[in-house]
Amino acid sequence: MGLTGLEIYKKLPQTNCGECGSPTCLAFAMQLAEGKAELSECPDVSDEAKAALDAAAKPPIATITIGSGKYEREVGGETELFRHDKTFFNETGVAVAVSDEEDVAAKVEKINALTFERVGQEIAVDMIAVKNDSGDVNTFAEAVETVADNSERTLILVTEDAAAMEAALDIAADQNPLLYAATADNYEAMTELAEENDCPLAVRGEDLDSLAELTKKIDYENLVIDSGARQTSEVLRDQNVIRRLCIKKKFRPVGFPTITFTTKEDPQEEVMQASTYIAKYAGIVVLNNTVELAETLSLLAVRQNIYTDPRVPVTVEPNKVYEVGEPDENSPVFITTNFSLSYYSVEGDVSSSKEPAYIIPIDTDGTSVLTGWAADKFGGAKIGEIITEETDIEDRVDHRKLIIPGHVAVISGKLEEASGWDVLVGPRESSGIPSFIANRWESELNG
Amino acid sequence: MAVEMLKEKWTGQVAEVVIGATEEEGGTRTSTVTVGGETALPFLDFEGEIPNKPVVAYEVLDEEPEGWAEPLVEAWGDVYSDPVAWAKKCEEEGAELIALRLVSTNPAGQDRSPEEAAQTVKDVLDAVGVPLMVLGCEDAEKDNEVLKAVAEAAEGENLLIGATEEDNYKTIAGACMIHDHTLIAQSPVDMNIAKQLNILLTDLGVKENKIVIDPLLSSLGYGLEYSYSVMERVRLSALRDDKMLSMPVVAFAGKEAWRTKEPNTPTEENPQWGEQENRGVMWETLTASTVLQSGANILVMYHPQAAKNVQSLVDDLMEDNS
Ligand code: SF4
Repeated sequence: MGLTGLEIYKKLPQTNCGECGSPTCLAFAMQLAEGKAELSECPDVSDEAKAALDAAAKPPIATITIGSGKYEREVGGETELFRHDKTFFNETGVAVAVSDEEDVAAKVEKINALTFERVGQEIAVDMIAVKNDSGDVNTFAEAVETVADNSERTLILVTEDAAAMEAALDIAADQNPLLYAATADNYEAMTELAEENDCPLAVRGEDLDSLAELTKKIDYENLVIDSGARQTSEVLRDQNVIRRLCIKKKFRPVGFPTITFTTKEDPQEEVMQASTYIAKYAGIVVLNNTVELAETLSLLAVRQNIYTDPRVPVTVEPNKVYEVGEPDENSPVFITTNFSLSYYSVEGDVSSSKEPAYIIPIDTDGTSVLTGWAADKFGGAKIGEIITEETDIEDRVDHRKLIIPGHVAVISGKLEEASGWDVLVGPRESSGIPSFIANRWESELNG
Repeated sequence: MAVEMLKEKWTGQVAEVVIGATEEEGGTRTSTVTVGGETALPFLDFEGEIPNKPVVAYEVLDEEPEGWAEPLVEAWGDVYSDPVAWAKKCEEEGAELIALRLVSTNPAGQDRSPEEAAQTVKDVLDAVGVPLMVLGCEDAEKDNEVLKAVAEAAEGENLLIGATEEDNYKTIAGACMIHDHTLIAQSPVDMNIAKQLNILLTDLGVKENKIVIDPLLSSLGYGLEYSYSVMERVRLSALRDDKMLSMPVVAFAGKEAWRTKEPNTPTEENPQWGEQENRGVMWETLTASTVLQSGANILVMYHPQAAKNVQSLVDDLMEDNS
């Protein structure tokens, strides 16, 4: 929204005729501002006022749906400059490009393998950008067909030739591909094709100015935008300017998700460029070369991290026994909370110690050790009950020793009482775990 | 139509911090490193000054690392039992800054004495011309003794010494002030504690341009987003003229990334994750490249390829975009 009641009032007829059901235009404006009324209830509102109010009611960045089926993705719809202000909502779509001059099927097979599982989520390259490098209509159509036949990934059709685009749409229009791109030279034909097929359309300018000019000319809302920048620092600049214009000024001509392209040949350099664009606002990033597993996995992890909702504590499933390595009946047992950062810190440090161990994260509603303790969610009695009644740790180890975080040494007594186990006070920071295991565990176990 | 290049009107500036001292400046370094000084968000020179690029430091341990992943052993195995040889090799690889971590002083390990540690620092200073960061073993009491001895032995070199913490800063800060060094102020992914520590340090008499903030980095995939956002908030505070959060930021990307599962899993164990060396290098590289966008000024790296990757990205990002 954004408009106040007074701002809306200025755009109303100001006749106080009462037909809207409100006694005055001002009262009606207030209702509108609060979202309790519809503008259509005023019969006399001018078209101009209607357009202005409609625009103000729209979100700062349009949400655009690309693809259909498994890899369908919404991009855009963002409302923040910084993720800590609320969250970023729609993950950047990650695409790999395929040229219609290369062995299309072979590359598609490699792209299809770019699916991984991390912390219980499937993460994948979700788009394939088919490029009409050949300049030939039939070659392009064939390449598009090969991709469509061999992959469920969302298509981006990359050609500036309307005839080639039309041929590709004959094959793949029902998959809701992104058409790339409308330019100053071809936008009329491209817009027509996008409209006819009800597909999202990417618009490319030479720079921000020409981009804004172009989107104003295009009477179609299902858009993705490209400022044309390709040098890393210039892309970064444009991404920042576009996001600010949307969020701070509601500047309509750029109120759409962006598409960015990497330029580096080397996969590692290419993925670094892409990580930069993911952190800074890209709706879609298209990689030219990278189909390597290791590089892609790392890049998708960046996306997963940046788009994690900071308002929701990220947790692991609590009150169960996790194994690090292959622990046995003599392995140490670490207690922590189910806040994922706490849990993964412990897990990371246990695995760097190379000593197999068990970890039991206690349900603290996803709060850290000290916060959980302060809120009575990480107390000795509660932990003791969970250990003995909800887990099978008693069957897994021969010893009866629990290692707790050093910060909550005070819970030792109650925990010993409630669990019947001995409590060892571990290091305050998880980074002390390797030396704790190396220096203390053996003697504690035998002592 | 002309689109407005929407600029933020920042009122603050990141403090400009120099590490190292040449002969004229009272040290023996052949080069120094300057970080900070920006009046805009990272790399946005269209809206402000970015006088210094972020710097890549190479980390060196003062004892042979234990249990290192194969790609790191391959990169440093020929030198890593000798910190002097290791540091020299870093310089050859193009390091502008070396981070020497005195792990051997750990009471739970070799428990080397402060004097021995100080000697190692002097040996490394003799062997290389680039400036040095010197880090303790993360045992607060021992670090106080060791880093005090180091500060004294390397008087005038303007080392970057770390780390001070909210409940342990006086000894190290005092030694840094007396012997002309810069220090690291470490806080546990918490902007308020970062600020509080900087207030304590400046109250003690440490100058704002003698502090580097370590807000504690978490690795890619293991809480990177928390560190990312804390750094971003620290940087925004600096640009909004909060002097107690205006110091440059250091990120230990190598140490954090190589502790996690992905870089340490051999290729055979999980071929679906790709080749181990690239995976480790990328895990570290992207941990660093991501926090470049939230304001990291010093990236401390492990693998030479990851270090080179980040240097090359920094060069691209530093290209003028105004
Ligand atoms: S119908 Fe329109 S003109 Fe009449 S009172 Fe309502 S808002 Fe005002």
